[in-house]
Amino acid sequence: MIRTIFAAAAAVTLAGLSAAQADPAVVMAPGGAGGGYDATARLPFEAMAADGIFSDGATFTNKGGAGGTIGLAEFVGANQGNDNAVMSMGVIMVGGILLNNSPVTLDDVTPLVRLTNDTGVVAVPPESPIQTVDDLVAAMKADLGAVAIGGGSAGGVDHIVMALVAKESGLDPSKLNYIPYDSGAETVTALGGGALAVAVSGVSEFKPMADAGRIRIIAVTSEGRVDGIDAPSLKEAGLNVVVGNWRGIVGAPGMSDEGRAMWLDRFSKMHEGPAWKDTLAKQGWEDAFLAGDDFVAFLGEEKTRIGAILKDAGLVK
Amino acid sequence: MDPIAGLMQGFSVALQPMNLVWAFVGTLLGTAIGVLPGIGPALTIALLLPVTVYLDPTAAFIMFAGIFYGAMYGGSTTSILLNTPGESGAMMTALEGNKMARQGRGAAALSTAAIGSFVAGTIGTLGLTFLAPPIAELAFIFKPQDYFALMLLAFLSVSVVMGTSKVRGFIALFIGLSLGLVGIDKATGQQRLVFGVPDLLDGVEMTVVLVSLFAIGETLYVASRFGLHVPQLNPLAGGIWMTKEDWKRSWKPWLRGTAFGFPIGALPAGGSEIPTFLSYVTERKLTKYPEEFGHGAIEGVAGPEAANNASAAGVLVPLLTLGLPTSATAAIMLAAFQNYGLQPGPMLFINSGDLVWGLIASLYIGNLMLLILNLPLAGLWVRLLFIPRPYLYAGILIFSLVGIWGVSNSWVDLAMMFAVGCLGYVMRVYDFPIAPVLIGLILGPMAEVQLRRALAISQGDPTVLVSTPLSAVLMAAAVLIVAVPAALHWHRTRKITFPDGDES
Repeated sequence: MIRTIFAAAAAVTLAGLSAAQADPAVVMAPGGAGGGYDATARLPFEAMAADGIFSDGATFTNKGGAGGTIGLAEFVGANQGNDNAVMSMGVIMVGGILLNNSPVTLDDVTPLVRLTNDTGVVAVPPESPIQTVDDLVAAMKADLGAVAIGGGSAGGVDHIVMALVAKESGLDPSKLNYIPYDSGAETVTALGGGALAVAVSGVSEFKPMADAGRIRIIAVTSEGRVDGIDAPSLKEAGLNVVVGNWRGIVGAPGMSDEGRAMWLDRFSKMHEGPAWKDTLAKQGWEDAFLAGDDFVAFLGEEKTRIGAILKDAGLVK
Repeated sequence: MDPIAGLMQGFSVALQPMNLVWAFVGTLLGTAIGVLPGIGPALTIALLLPVTVYLDPTAAFIMFAGIFYGAMYGGSTTSILLNTPGESGAMMTALEGNKMARQGRGAAALSTAAIGSFVAGTIGTLGLTFLAPPIAELAFIFKPQDYFALMLLAFLSVSVVMGTSKVRGFIALFIGLSLGLVGIDKATGQQRLVFGVPDLLDGVEMTVVLVSLFAIGETLYVASRFGLHVPQLNPLAGGIWMTKEDWKRSWKPWLRGTAFGFPIGALPAGGSEIPTFLSYVTERKLTKYPEEFGHGAIEGVAGPEAANNASAAGVLVPLLTLGLPTSATAAIMLAAFQNYGLQPGPMLFINSGDLVWGLIASLYIGNLMLLILNLPLAGLWVRLLFIPRPYLYAGILIFSLVGIWGVSNSWVDLAMMFAVGCLGYVMRVYDFPIAPVLIGLILGPMAEVQLRRALAISQGDPTVLVSTPLSAVLMAAAVLIVAVPAALHWHRTRKITFPDGDES
């Protein structure tokens, strides 16, 4: 979005003007305002400021699209060796890189921590005839193209959920009519207004609108049920589909060991502090903290796993 | 809580003397920073937000409201006086506003912008107070085909009325559309017009093109045309105040601009650009002084400036009623709300009514404060033009380069700045309009996304594009705007060529 460029400009200019006393972090959120990457970028800094762990401030840039790879490319291009620059990322970006054949990958950045997991939800417009997962599968079997599916970037976790639903139901995942949106705000209004037949997004993005009766949740993508949502998991409904939308933070390309240690220390302290616990509760996120080398190993496994899912689903050759 | 009681309670807090001081400080800071070339409202708010963190919630919101409207207004000052808009919403203001400034009517242009901003801001805030829930419903009603038709209407109508000839207008538009194609395609990941340059993967930065075409192009043009023999012009020749005639010509554009800005600003993919474009076109069509357009018509300042400010108020509608941030400015504000324990979402008004009403009351006060601050300042700002041009434009050039470097740290962007700046110069020399380039760059990619969404949902059936009443009406209007003048033209030429033909 064009307007996000101004946020970027704001961010960097702020850094320039206040560099005299403080040393604010440069933070990239590779998704549209109001979405998951946006919150994963901003909220840790609020928590760190609240607990007095890091209070030099931070400047945020939103750059959405193509599974976060557009933001990734910009982040890598602009912050070589900058110990003060970090970026939110997650499983969507892992898939996005493969799908878009991005020249810039997660090998170009410095993994720091995994912070959260957000269970996905599958929702329909409130007046939709689709009541259950079985209804959805039946509709897809009747005419796959007629079921317009909304969600985040192509090849992202939302897309993967529906590709797996199709595959488990014996349908060709590459024939899905999947329409990517830049932000949860856009997806939820398109679904609520009836432009889409079904949409997938995170609990944190859809639950408030479901509680307000704007959309209806028919399933969650976790292993079992989720507190406060009156819908089965896809697995309970008979489809072996379990997908978690984890998110975390990576550092700039070529970040020094001191820089990496500094950030790991900050995030570990934040994870222990009360402000972050409060944030997790407010956002409805599951705590999925994993730091340093453990996260590096996890990231490696995820790359292999996602690559296989996307290939199975016919999304990557 | 009903709106009146809520608002009264909000005012009772916001009107305390100390809080009025904060409103004044916020407005002053917002205007002062918004005035710098290349710095728009989202940027100003992000810059100043940390300042409010140290205040108690009420004072912070009040100061924040001042910053919000101050920054919206500040950007128009450089557009009018120096022809260097800092953000896309202020671009249309520059077209007529700068021409007015060159006739010594800069103060009147600034005044109509200030009063128009006040009128639009106040009506927008009233709309937010009393109509927010129904207006927020627009977000759900608008389908991709409606957005597409709206965007098509905006860019066809602007291109048709812009500049000295339609051919030049469309050439400029297509330059913009081509620039808009550069980068990774978001739906498929396909790289377009990147030529292996990684810096182009994320597309052409709109700010780079905006600042280059206007500021750099203008600087080169001024340097090449006037040299050291600057034509002496008294910037205050037209007086400091708006004349009675100015008032008469301004009030309707203010209201029409507000009518475009507020609802479109409330849409998730609406923004400030489309309403300013539509407002400019409308004023140009409706004016009784069409000959003045392109040479400094006050309607062309009053309308777009009101539309710009009203759209800012519109953005608050989905933010406060649905918890949906639909612009960078809104996202930054959301972060501010969360600092004060506001949980944005459909329940915001119910759960945090007193804080929200405090904010809304502050918006009224911030808006009024802005008017009080800026009307007297209009005469002062205009004195900027007394600065000798070599110094003035050298300053603009440096501010622009530093600004662009600060945004991206990319030498490709700097190189592009010079290339696009030269393009801007050539376009000025050969009388091509500048605005359609930016309109194409801004609206092209947005329209493409919506078109593809509409066609994907309909599985490729093109009739979907006129399938809703709104899209059908907007599309018909878009076709008429292109077809009617062409048909009239054809009709006239035919008459001349065949004087004895079947015309009777």
